[in-house]
Amino acid sequence: MLVEAGHFALALALGLSLIQFVVPLWGARSNDPVLMAVAPAAALAVLACLGFAFLSLTVAYVTSDFSVLNVVENSHSTKPMIYKISGVWGNHEGSMLLWVLILALFGAVVALARNSVPARLQANTLAVQGLVTVAFLLFILTTSNPFTRVVPMPAEGQDLNPLLQDLGLAIHPPLLYIGYVGFSICFAFACAALIDGRIDAVWARIVRPWTLGAWVFLTLGIAMGSYWAYYELGWGGWWFWDPVENASLMPWLAGTALVHSTVVMEKRDALKVWTILLAILTFSLSLLGTFLVRSGVLTSVHSFAVDPERGVFILGILVLFIGGSLTLFAWRAPLLKQGGLFAPVSREGALVLNNLFLATACATVFIGTLYPLALEVVTGDKISVGAPFFNFTFLPLVVPLLLLVPLGQTLAWKRGNFLGTAQRLYAVLGISLIATLALVAFRNGGPVAAPLGIGLGIYLILGSFNEIVTRSWSRGTPLASAWRKASGLPRSTWGTVLAHAGVGVTVIGIAATAWDAEGLGTLKIGDTMRAGAYEARLERVVPRQAANYREDVATLRISRGGRELGTVETMKRLYVTRGMPTTEAGIMTVGLSQVYVSIGEILPDGSIGMRIYHKPLVLLIWLGAVVMAAGGTLSLTDRRLRIGAPSRARAMQAASVPAE
Amino acid sequence: MVIWIILLAMTAAAVMVVLWPLSRHAAARGQADPDIQFYREQIAEIERDQERGALLPGEAEAAKAEAGRRLLRATGTQDEGFAALGEPALRRRRAVSALALSVVPILAIALYGAYGSPHIFDRPAMMASRPQAAAPDLDVAVTQIETHLAQNPQDGRGWEVLAPVYLRMGRVDDAVKAYGNALRILGENADRLSNYGEAMVLAGNGLISSEAQAAFEKAVALDKAAPKARFYLAKAAEQDGRTDKAKAAYEELLAVSPADAPWTPLVKEQLARLGAPQAAPAQGGEPQMGPEDILRMVSGLAERLESQGGSAEEWARLMRSYAVLGQRDKAEAAARRARQALAKDDAGLKTIETMARELKLTDAAQ
Repeated sequence: MLVEAGHFALALALGLSLIQFVVPLWGARSNDPVLMAVAPAAALAVLACLGFAFLSLTVAYVTSDFSVLNVVENSHSTKPMIYKISGVWGNHEGSMLLWVLILALFGAVVALARNSVPARLQANTLAVQGLVTVAFLLFILTTSNPFTRVVPMPAEGQDLNPLLQDLGLAIHPPLLYIGYVGFSICFAFACAALIDGRIDAVWARIVRPWTLGAWVFLTLGIAMGSYWAYYELGWGGWWFWDPVENASLMPWLAGTALVHSTVVMEKRDALKVWTILLAILTFSLSLLGTFLVRSGVLTSVHSFAVDPERGVFILGILVLFIGGSLTLFAWRAPLLKQGGLFAPVSREGALVLNNLFLATACATVFIGTLYPLALEVVTGDKISVGAPFFNFTFLPLVVPLLLLVPLGQTLAWKRGNFLGTAQRLYAVLGISLIATLALVAFRNGGPVAAPLGIGLGIYLILGSFNEIVTRSWSRGTPLASAWRKASGLPRSTWGTVLAHAGVGVTVIGIAATAWDAEGLGTLKIGDTMRAGAYEARLERVVPRQAANYREDVATLRISRGGRELGTVETMKRLYVTRGMPTTEAGIMTVGLSQVYVSIGEILPDGSIGMRIYHKPLVLLIWLGAVVMAAGGTLSLTDRRLRIGAPSRARAMQAASVPAE
Repeated sequence: MVIWIILLAMTAAAVMVVLWPLSRHAAARGQADPDIQFYREQIAEIERDQERGALLPGEAEAAKAEAGRRLLRATGTQDEGFAALGEPALRRRRAVSALALSVVPILAIALYGAYGSPHIFDRPAMMASRPQAAAPDLDVAVTQIETHLAQNPQDGRGWEVLAPVYLRMGRVDDAVKAYGNALRILGENADRLSNYGEAMVLAGNGLISSEAQAAFEKAVALDKAAPKARFYLAKAAEQDGRTDKAKAAYEELLAVSPADAPWTPLVKEQLARLGAPQAAPAQGGEPQMGPEDILRMVSGLAERLESQGGSAEEWARLMRSYAVLGQRDKAEAAARRARQALAKDDAGLKTIETMARELKLTDAAQ
């Protein structure tokens, strides 16, 4: 009963979102507040329906209701509870349901933010959102229905793909989807502004928190995915330039550009057309990512052609929204009034440069990801574009961008003084250079990329905090008053500093991978192997049985220079139901570095193939992303951006601190 | 019936949500125009930026003038007014009400009608309605035993029960593993060894490998009468090309078996086949073994390997097929051809040599 009610709620949500699309649009055109007021009510009702549908599917998973096909295909009664729940979105149908649920959740937040969003903008935005919901609900109901039943009911399910039975992948998709879908709100705002023909700094102020929020979640989602690939796939790599990864990197790059360009638009009323275009493109790239991952086009263009129903549907959605919004853009954008002027050397100029670099980098990834697909469609040849392509194209774009970051952060708005700004960074440059040289001397040999990259990271971190220092301290100021002044700076300033420092932290982590040490060998019990200064001794190999898999566990004792550090376990698992083996790496964290052990083949004579890596400072890669996200969150809590509190903000204005 | 009442109530609630805002008069939104407020704040912000040095003084003045102009413009457009009253507004409201009352239920019921299954209950209800005594079908039983064995892999009886079921289901490789487990856990006896060997023979498409033969020999050593093991040993001799020995073994099996033993017809059939004129020239007359289409398949494989080449596994399959068909010279020829074709492939050569040893081909010694 619950399953069927959930299914029906899904169908109801489709009807409601159609109302959410049509009525507010009509209301906004005829300037009728009553019709516009239907928008928030419908948006909340859609959320209620989809929330109920999602809940009923979750209940089916938790109770192992094998009369639901989706549960049969992706669950098993012996699976641990957490993976029963994460199994809901660990498959195509369920993940699409999560997608629209988050979409509805964001719509509801827009609906409730009535005090900070003008009524017309709200009505138009929710209408566009309604259309997106309609498209995806139709897709789910007709091609990817999670509520399909099976008669007679199988006794047992087929289990979830073992690679997905992992805590990292339990939280990765929701984070990523919040990011993707968050950009759909920016997209809806952009289309609403185009429909209404009014785009100004107020619009940018309203959109900015959404952009930032989506960006924060996307950042965390990508970092989570990368860490998962690192520990689960057993190769010790953290980024593979895989199309699935690129699909999430592209919206991130465009979204990062959007975060920066909305600042310009809000502060200076400039870059309007570009910002609108970016908002459209960012969501288009999110849709493209969904298409690439969900249509099966990546595994093989041919498998897509054999079962084209889903792929063609998503392609249709893609064409409708990208084509439609770009048409709208081409039609309405020329009507936009130009905004504030600025000199080339200025904060605005630096941000334009940032946008250019990011957009180009995004285009590079786009080509590297889609060119092989296009080639396969046209000629039938299957090629793969891997790390070398991206190292040659992406890195040369990113390194100058990173070098410019502290510079742009220090420049004044409207017209800056380049030399004066550069002077303020002399100390930072000096320290970074000394650190680089010290590293080169200290490591004496070894790859030169590592010290250079680490120097760049240090430069980024110091350059970011330099802004705080120069703003709050000058020669002779007592430290206490400097601290007061620094803590009085707006949160968005601190957020910027933190986010840029986070980039620096990640850069250091990436650069240090050049120092990775690796060992490869076949071990018998009692044998040792080494990677760099670390030594691993194979202690024992024992079989172990869990509810839905059995595994061979190899225990290794790790030591460094004769000093014991403890043991790690690496497992070769066989998931019984799917008959699918997986490898679980053993990881020991030493400070910010990790020793990574991964079991290979178990040979008939009892010896074991084993890989061991020492990865210095590897944790910084993901910690940096967390710091970036923290910076974004801090910026989000800035008084200026709080939703729904304009009057209070105004009352506090006399005492308030400068906003950035 | 209950389900329809629930679905109806859900529909009514959804329609009400849309109708509710329509029923209310346009409540003037008591909010200050966000535009005006925004530009006021912005001017204050520019002043603060200037104090802090984030804006040069001249630029700040210009920026302030710019924001001031926008503030004026925003103040000017404020009294646009809403069109919430009058006849057209009323008509719009009626139209939207009609839309909500029709679109939402019709769409929902049409789509649910197309894809839903209102007659199927959830699982707990299904369990209750199904009689407990009903015999579970084979798949369910196998799944249950598998789950049980996954948790108690040392349950030898379980493996022994499961193995013949696997065989019947055609999961031959699984059957071999299951018999192997039963042997390991419960120990060896003639029956278990014979069954294990038989499963291996089936897994090898009828060819008796040296492992299977070893199992049969052990079984006969444990129990001289073990008929299944003796039958397959005779068959093994036949496959090795030692027809006399095979004939003797079949005859001996017949002699020790009761006349009405179920395997007697099968053994007699084998003897009749071996007794018939056998030494037909290899290229000439029809080989007696196997139906025509198997032969066609084998010769097809041979032709393909000859003209286009193939993997070591395919060559090995060809050799084994000839051996099973009793055409040992062809098997040997195939081995020679394979060695030439795979001369550069060490792993492939190894596969071929293993197969040659397995089949006891004459020149396998290299």
